[in-house]
Amino acid sequence: MLEVKDLHVTVEDKVILKGLNLTINAGEVHAIMGPNGAGKSTLSAVIAGKDGYEVTQGTILFEGQDVLEMEIEERARAGLLLGFQYPIEIPGVKNIYLLKAALNAQRAARGEGEIPAPEFMKLVREKSTDMKMDPSFLQRAVNEGFSGGEKKRNEILQMLILQPKLAMLDEIDSGLDIDAMKVVADGVNSLRNADRAILLVTHYQRLLNHIVPDHVHVLVDGRIVKSGGKDLALELEERGYDWVLEESVA
Amino acid sequence: MASEEMEQLVRREYKQGFVTDIESETVPPGLDESTIAFISQKKEEPRWMLEWRLEAYHQWLKMTPPSWSHLEYPPIDYQAISYFSAPKKPEDRPQSLDEVDPKLLETYEKLGIPLHERAALAGVAVDAVFDSVSVATTFKDKLHEAGVIFCSISEAIREYPELVRQYLGTVVPQSDNYFAALNSAVFTDGSFVYVPEGVKCPMELSTYFRINAANTGQFERTLVVCDKRAQVSYLEGCTAPMRDENQLHAAVVELVALEDAYIKYSTVQNWYPGDENGKGGIYNFVTKRGDCRGDRSRISWTQVETGSAITWKYPSCMLRGKESIGEFYSVAVTNGRQQADTGTKMIHIGENTRSTIVAKGIAAGRSDQAYRGLVKIGPRAKGARNYTQCDSLLIGDQCGAHTFPYQEIGNSTATVEHEATTSKIADDQLFYCRARGIDEEDAVSMIVNGFCKDVFQELPMEFAVEAEALLNVTLEGSVG
Ligand SMILES: Nc1ncnc2c1ncn2[C@@H]1O[C@H](COP(=O)(O)OP(=O)(O)OP(=O)(O)O)[C@@H](O)[C@H]1O
Ligand SMILES: [Mg+2]
Repeated sequence: MLEVKDLHVTVEDKVILKGLNLTINAGEVHAIMGPNGAGKSTLSAVIAGKDGYEVTQGTILFEGQDVLEMEIEERARAGLLLGFQYPIEIPGVKNIYLLKAALNAQRAARGEGEIPAPEFMKLVREKSTDMKMDPSFLQRAVNEGFSGGEKKRNEILQMLILQPKLAMLDEIDSGLDIDAMKVVADGVNSLRNADRAILLVTHYQRLLNHIVPDHVHVLVDGRIVKSGGKDLALELEERGYDWVLEESVA
Repeated sequence: MASEEMEQLVRREYKQGFVTDIESETVPPGLDESTIAFISQKKEEPRWMLEWRLEAYHQWLKMTPPSWSHLEYPPIDYQAISYFSAPKKPEDRPQSLDEVDPKLLETYEKLGIPLHERAALAGVAVDAVFDSVSVATTFKDKLHEAGVIFCSISEAIREYPELVRQYLGTVVPQSDNYFAALNSAVFTDGSFVYVPEGVKCPMELSTYFRINAANTGQFERTLVVCDKRAQVSYLEGCTAPMRDENQLHAAVVELVALEDAYIKYSTVQNWYPGDENGKGGIYNFVTKRGDCRGDRSRISWTQVETGSAITWKYPSCMLRGKESIGEFYSVAVTNGRQQADTGTKMIHIGENTRSTIVAKGIAAGRSDQAYRGLVKIGPRAKGARNYTQCDSLLIGDQCGAHTFPYQEIGNSTATVEHEATTSKIADDQLFYCRARGIDEEDAVSMIVNGFCKDVFQELPMEFAVEAEALLNVTLEGSVG
């Protein structure tokens, strides 16, 4: 589904990704871990198409399409969705309005008509109940005045409605209390199926207890230096990153 | 001028009979006393009205056009303007929508203007527009029943001379400023509204107005009077682009609110901005002022304005009555090479008066805009309060927005708060929306509309929707 090959990325003359390889197949859940500043958010931002990142080398294919040739919105419509580490506030724009506009834009790209209002309302109500979000959040401005945890739940709500093929969730667990973590994890798990894939960026094993990954990768200094199964995360939790580094240098 | 001289002048002019051709529908370009006498005669005005106009004209001769605003414009040749032309005859107007410029119709479509109104707006001969005429008649009956007077200013001068004479020029005196003086001398169009004591006008004056007075004049004069405890909501203009051969527009709007009266005056205006070099665009110099004359009266200005090559406009409120309230909510959008200099003045005179200013400026392309706000608190305005919020949003990096807040506070018990922000349309916000699949242009309009929400929610519902559409049309092509 997603194939990242030898990716080199520079931001403002600073080299951040230095030959990163990653392959994700449909049905899989991948977790990327690694120290602060390693380039995890950069990777997902580049895949989503954020401006300011220069790809100096390498390729990104999504379902065989060259992602780097696509506009940001085209990537989203193709089924790539980025859940933000720091979701931004958009004053004056109702949450529900953004959701509807996004859903309809994606439907239009698939040649489907706009979703009928009652159907949309039903869908949104259902999913926000799943996310344990009060319906009043739908009427508030996008992320404005939301607590950290509420913002994260809102990201998952969008995902549940947009139903992406590949969801990239950047530190979706940070700032969540224990109950919210469960809600978010349940939301993500509800999306798991044979046609979808999920890429989780996280620092903590906790999340991976709830969303059990098929593959765990360690990203250090712009490269994936070690990959393994879910047990790798446990090991990292216990031993930190130094040993991985030493091993990779050796 | 002494009244004796005036007498003489008036007599002499009539005696000389320079207005020979009564049949003539248009005066040749140029402005002098005879032009004014001609206008007054054409409008069948009483003598005092002509005198009033001439007085204004003489004041105007002594004045110079303002040059202090943040605008650049070539000098206007006032002798090259024709100050009176009768409305186009039905046979000269398009007979059906088929004869109207398809581009104009396309814009109406985008703006979501109801089908039955499009013909009227496009200037199609009236009897071709059955719907709107019958709608208008129903409205007229309803207003009449409530005792509300709503008619053209010319009709009002003929039919209700006492009322007009009592209030005309009491808010914006003839000599108030250069353009107001000119307007006072030569105005030919505009509306008059009088809502009697205790009456709440049974409908928004918008709908009616849009159908009937879509063709704005060059020198409009509007006078709205709300008697004690009366209320009215008036909407001027419409979102359809106003094309006009007349480059200069100098309107005057006067509002008078007596005790406990409430006037809500909303403007949605989309003037023709000219081509991308600003050529052919309209210069819009307007004097709008509300007088909260009575205690606890309230005047609220809401405006959404785009278009015109040059806008110079400061709706203001004189808060005389105790506990009276003035409000100003504004969205100004400039694109291309437009220039706008707008703002408001809140003059606190009475005790415990309150004012609120919310001004949102959006600049795109190579446009430039300035907000100028004056909050003046007089020595007797004990306990007066003002809250001002000015936000500018820049789209791209070739445009500019400037904020000039002025405060004159002559009273230590007053509270004046001011907040101002300037932001670029945030790349992060755009990215967020686009990463959800929304295309760039829609994302911009979504963010911009969100930015304007505080103002839009002050507009009558149907116009809020149109105003949003208007923003989108104006900002089309401003990104990417
Ligand atoms: N716009 C930018 N300008 C300059 N440096 C940047 C920019 N964006 C990212 N970087 C740098 O790139 C490096 C990688 O950042 P990134 O956000 O991808 O790290 P991360 O692995 O997600 O870290 P964390 O675990 O703290 O979220 C950091 O050193 C960061 O400072
Ligand atoms: Mg990060």
